[in-house]
Amino acid sequence: MTTKTKAGSGDVSSSVRSSPVWRWILYAIMIVLAILFLFPLVYMVSSSLKPDDQVLANSDSFEAFLPIPFVGLENYTDAIERAQLPRVFMNSVIISGFIVGLGLIVNSLFGYALARLRFKGKKLILAIVIALIIIPFEALAVPLLFMGAEVGWLDTYQIQILPFIANPLFIFLFYTFFLGIPKSLEEAARIDGAGPVKVFTRVVAPLAKPAYATVAILGFLFSWGQFLWPSMVTRGIEVRPLPVGIGVFKTTPPVAWGDIMAYTVLMTLPLLIIFLIFQRQFVQGVASSGVKG
Amino acid sequence: MTTVDSAQTDAGTGPSPPKRGKSSGWSEARVAWLFILPAGILLLLFIVIPFALAIVFSFTNQRLISPLATRFVGIENYIDQLTDALFWKSLWNNARFSLFVVPIQTAIALMLAVLVNQKFRGRTAFRTIFFTPVTVVMAAAATIWILLFNANGLINAALEIVTFGNFSPDWLNSTTWAMPAIIMVSMWQGVGFQMIILLAALQDVPTELYEAASIDGASTWEQFRNVTLPGIRNQLIFVLTVTTILAMRLFDQPTLMPRTAGGPLDSTRTAMVHMVDIGFSRQAIGRGSAIAVIFFVIVLGLTLAQRSFLREEGEV
Repeated sequence: MTTKTKAGSGDVSSSVRSSPVWRWILYAIMIVLAILFLFPLVYMVSSSLKPDDQVLANSDSFEAFLPIPFVGLENYTDAIERAQLPRVFMNSVIISGFIVGLGLIVNSLFGYALARLRFKGKKLILAIVIALIIIPFEALAVPLLFMGAEVGWLDTYQIQILPFIANPLFIFLFYTFFLGIPKSLEEAARIDGAGPVKVFTRVVAPLAKPAYATVAILGFLFSWGQFLWPSMVTRGIEVRPLPVGIGVFKTTPPVAWGDIMAYTVLMTLPLLIIFLIFQRQFVQGVASSGVKG
Repeated sequence: MTTVDSAQTDAGTGPSPPKRGKSSGWSEARVAWLFILPAGILLLLFIVIPFALAIVFSFTNQRLISPLATRFVGIENYIDQLTDALFWKSLWNNARFSLFVVPIQTAIALMLAVLVNQKFRGRTAFRTIFFTPVTVVMAAAATIWILLFNANGLINAALEIVTFGNFSPDWLNSTTWAMPAIIMVSMWQGVGFQMIILLAALQDVPTELYEAASIDGASTWEQFRNVTLPGIRNQLIFVLTVTTILAMRLFDQPTLMPRTAGGPLDSTRTAMVHMVDIGFSRQAIGRGSAIAVIFFVIVLGLTLAQRSFLREEGEV
C-alpha cells in the first residue's frame, strides 16, 4: 500500500548502505556511542591512580581521563586495608560460588525430572514452578528477614546463600533445554541397561553444557551484584559481600575518591575479566533468557 | 500403587534383569521425586513459606522484635499504606522512573541492536563495548556516577562548556535532578542486556522477508516497520515488561546515590526503598508485608498483561 510512493527507493537505500559514505557515518556513530559507554570506566580507572584531592580538581580538563599525577597503586593498598578487602572479596566469592554451584545441581535435577521422568503430579508441579517465577524476591524479603532473625541466622553466610540456590526461572530454563534434547540418545543408554540416574549424569548432563553455562552466567551476574538482601541481613564486615562493603567509605567526612575508585575497580574486575573470556557464552546466555516470553 | 506401575514399565523398557544394581532398580517415579526433592525443599522454605507469611503478616501488627504479642489487625496495614501520602509518592517515583526508562531505554537498545546487526568490520567489538556496563555491578556503577554527578564533577564540567555555564545543577542534592541522574545510570548499566535480547531476535527474522520487501520496493524505514518490528514483536514485549518490572524493583540506585536513601526529601524514594524503610529500618514487619503484597499484585498485573499481549499474537 505504501510502496507506490517509494518506487525504486529500495535500490537507493541498499546502494547507500554499501557506499563508503554510509560506512563512515556508521563508524562515526559507533565510535561516539562507544565513548559514551566506556568513559565512566576509563574515568574510574584513571581516578583510582591519582591522589584523592586531584580526582575532582581535574574534572574540567582531559586530565580527568589520565592518571596525572600518578600515585601508583597507593589507593589500592589503602582501599584494601580500609575496607578489609580480602575478607569482603572472599565473602563475595563464597556466597556467589555456593549459590551458583549448588544451584546448577539442584535446578538441573528438578528440570530434568519435569522434562523426562514419569511421575504423578508432574503437571501440577510444573504449574507451581511457573507460578513461582512471578514472585519477585523483594516481596519475600521482609518475612524472610523475620524467619532469619527467628533462627538466629543474621550475620551468617547461610542466610545469604540458601534462599537463592533453588531458582524457579533456572529450573524452567533447564526444563525447556532438556525437552529439546532428542530422546533417542537416552533411550539408547536405557537399552544398554543404564538407570535414570546414570542416564542423567552420563548422557544428558554432558549434552546440556550450554544450558549450564547460561544458568551459571546469569546466576553469577545476579548474585555478585546483590545489594538489598545483604544490606538487610548483615551488620558487620565479617560476612558482608563487596557491594555492601563499599559503605565503609561513606562514613568519614573527607571523601577519599581515589580509594573508592580503587575499590570499585577491584569489585568490577573479576566479572569483567570473566565476561571478556567467556563473551560468547555471556551473549548466548543473555539472549536465551529472552527467548521465552 | 504408582511405584508398582512404573517399576513394571521400567522393567518393560529395559532388557536388563530387574534386580541388578540397586540404583538401576529404582523406579522412575522414585528417582523423579529424588531429583525434585533438594530444590523442592528450598523453594518451599524460601519462596512458598515466606510468601504465605507475607500475606499472614500483612494482616497483623507483627514487629521484628517486640515485647507485645502479635495480634490480628484486619486490613489496617493496607488502609494505612493506601492512605499514606508517602506510599503514593513512592509509587509515583517508580512511575516517573518507568515512564522515562522503559520507552527510552528500549528504543536505545533497539537502535544499538540494529546498528551492531549491520555487516561491518569490528561489529563484535562494538557489541562487547555496549554490553560491558552490564557486568559492572550496580553498587559500583552507582559509585562511579556519584562522582560523575558531583556538583564539580565531570558531567557538570562538560555541561558548562556546552551551555556556556548556564546549566550545572547539583544533581544528587536536587529534588528535581536526582531522579534524572538515577535514570541515566540505570540506562547506562542496563541497556546492553536488552540490546543482546533484541539482537538475538533480529537475527531470527528470516532474510527472505527482507528480500521480498526490497523487491516490492520498500524503503529501509518501511522494512523496519513492516518486517523487523513484527518479526521481533514477542521479544520486544518481553523486554518492555521485564524493564517495567525491574523499574518497579528499583532500590540500589536511590539507596546509594543520594546522601540519604530515597532523598533528597523523598524525591527518589521508590516502593522498595519505602518497604525496606518500614519493614526493616523501622522493623514494622506487618506493614512492610502489606507493602510487599501490594507490590506483588502490581508485578503480577504487569506479567499477566504481558501474557495476554503474547497470546493475542498466537491467535492472530
